Amino acid sequence: MEKKEKESVTGVENKWEHEKGKAPVLEVEDLTVSFGMYYKGLRRRELEVLHRLSLTVYAGEIMAVIGASGSGKSVLAHAVLGILPGNAAVQGEMRYQGGAYGEKEQKRLRGKEIVLIPQSVDYLDPLMRVGRQVRGVRGSKKMQENVFERYGLSENVDRLYPWELSGGMARRVLISAAEMEKARLVVADEPTPGLNEEMAEETMKSFRQMAERGCGVLLITHDIDLAFRSADRIAVFYAGTVVEEALTEDFQSGGAALRHPYSRAFLDALPQNGFRPIPGSQPYAGNLPKGCLFADRCPMRSEACGREIKMREVRGGRVRCIRDEI
Amino acid sequence: MTYVRYLGRTVFRMLSLLIAVSVLSFVLMEAAPIDPMTAYIGTDSALSEEAKEEIAEHWSLKDPPVRRFAAWAENFLQGDWGDSITFKRPVKTVILERFRYSVWLMLAAWTLSGILGYVLGLAAAVRRGSLGDRIIKTLCLVLQSAPTFWIGLLILSLFAVKLRWFPIGLAAPMGKLADEITLADRIYHMILPALTLSVLGIGKITLYTRQKMLEIMESDFILFARARGESMAQIVLRHGIRNTLMPAITLQFASFSELFGGAALAESVFSYPGIGSALTAAGLNADVPLLLGIAVFSAVFVFAGNLAANLLYMILDPRIREASAR
Repeated sequence: MEKKEKESVTGVENKWEHEKGKAPVLEVEDLTVSFGMYYKGLRRRELEVLHRLSLTVYAGEIMAVIGASGSGKSVLAHAVLGILPGNAAVQGEMRYQGGAYGEKEQKRLRGKEIVLIPQSVDYLDPLMRVGRQVRGVRGSKKMQENVFERYGLSENVDRLYPWELSGGMARRVLISAAEMEKARLVVADEPTPGLNEEMAEETMKSFRQMAERGCGVLLITHDIDLAFRSADRIAVFYAGTVVEEALTEDFQSGGAALRHPYSRAFLDALPQNGFRPIPGSQPYAGNLPKGCLFADRCPMRSEACGREIKMREVRGGRVRCIRDEI
Repeated sequence: MTYVRYLGRTVFRMLSLLIAVSVLSFVLMEAAPIDPMTAYIGTDSALSEEAKEEIAEHWSLKDPPVRRFAAWAENFLQGDWGDSITFKRPVKTVILERFRYSVWLMLAAWTLSGILGYVLGLAAAVRRGSLGDRIIKTLCLVLQSAPTFWIGLLILSLFAVKLRWFPIGLAAPMGKLADEITLADRIYHMILPALTLSVLGIGKITLYTRQKMLEIMESDFILFARARGESMAQIVLRHGIRNTLMPAITLQFASFSELFGGAALAESVFSYPGIGSALTAAGLNADVPLLLGIAVFSAVFVFAGNLAANLLYMILDPRIREASAR
């Protein structure tokens, strides 16, 4: 895949990068992930779950990727860590702290500088005591005790098995595992479902602390309110791609500041904004349209929408839309 | 409390099983065209009429079957298992003597098939789809469907007849006095029958371990282990074995019935003087007391295996252990 030049159509510099002087930790350019699937017996077809997805996570920020459940957001997390199953084909380019980030680097960095915070205790070995799992293959007992203390986990949690943890404890244990390392990039895959408001807030507070220490936090969630409350920037995920990357403020100010028609429709469909859904549904991964993936539901579509559409910068955010008047 | 109730239930199940086995065996013998008197004294008996009367009295031979079963059961409970006409000795002595040979044979085969099968299963799962995996899988299916006596004959003709590495049969060199026989002699004679018997169990345990390991490898906690930077070797050692060893051991204990059945065939092929060949001989000679004795004995043996499997699970699986400890 040819390296794409970062273009600035409107001439406005990336607001975030400019104002806060932050450096990107992770840059994802045109990431495409497809799975070889067998259907109707032996016919093989490629199921494209991520489609030319571009995304940047800066040091010190919480970047939330929001999108519907089951739309392939977890695949993004797994692709970033390099733990996709064997039948996955990956295209596109990723950079980590400005340098190359391929299979070799993923293998070297995952679990050390790039950590995953999983959804639930299902991601822990049911037959291994929690302390040992948090320590992992590199951590020491001392480090684990320190982290447990910081997260208010009593000493005896060390001896418990995953199924003996309460919801809140489990959450803190999973974050503790990430805290054992000097992470530069934290990927949190749906870290809050099943938690009550208070615990979700507590979780987000730990993410904020990580960000303040200089980590980039990639928060993948379907909980929009949570993203609005806690993220610095939000990427809107639709049909396997990111249609828009914008500051959280742009969402909070009612939608006029947003760039992509889907982002606006998404915002309008929220209960607090009148619950006005748009007709149609997301295209199936095995049957993606050419050009803009949102075109068939877009009220502003034109002929040109059928062409390949590039991500471009508009008013300090990034959008995958070709309209002139954004 | 749980343990007491478990123990009570186990004893009840054991007793009902023994009653069922002895009744069923007795009914089968009854249906077979065997004269009960001949069964007790043999065809070439030179006993006087009075002695025959005495035997008929002792075992209620002239009474209807139900009374006869009651008489057998009563004597059995008092420790009088009758005399074997094949070996012209008390059934109890024959069983215990023969079992002393068989127990080492079965133990060797059981351990060998368990360890080898488990390791092969793990290896096949880790290298799923490779040539080695396919060879192991095919071999297991072949071995599982091949009859034990046929395998025994192959091994016998290859290693004993053609290569002359091992003796053709028996448990000790012919013509040696009992106190001249060394441990090495016994082991030397045991190798081929043990090998034959282990082949019987190896396919099952290999395929089971492979399947279990593949399931584990697909699970979320292995994905998380990979995300944390654990290597394949670390994953197998830390999580793979932890999650597959116990079910494999349980299966191995639960396979005591096949072990006993296999021993009957393997011992016959190698003329090994164990309980299996005694069973075959008893069957061929219509030796009712010995058949009944071995039937009950084998039921206890198989039951003990299953019980051990259950108890191991209770002791080793923390999910069951700590739930019942509360």
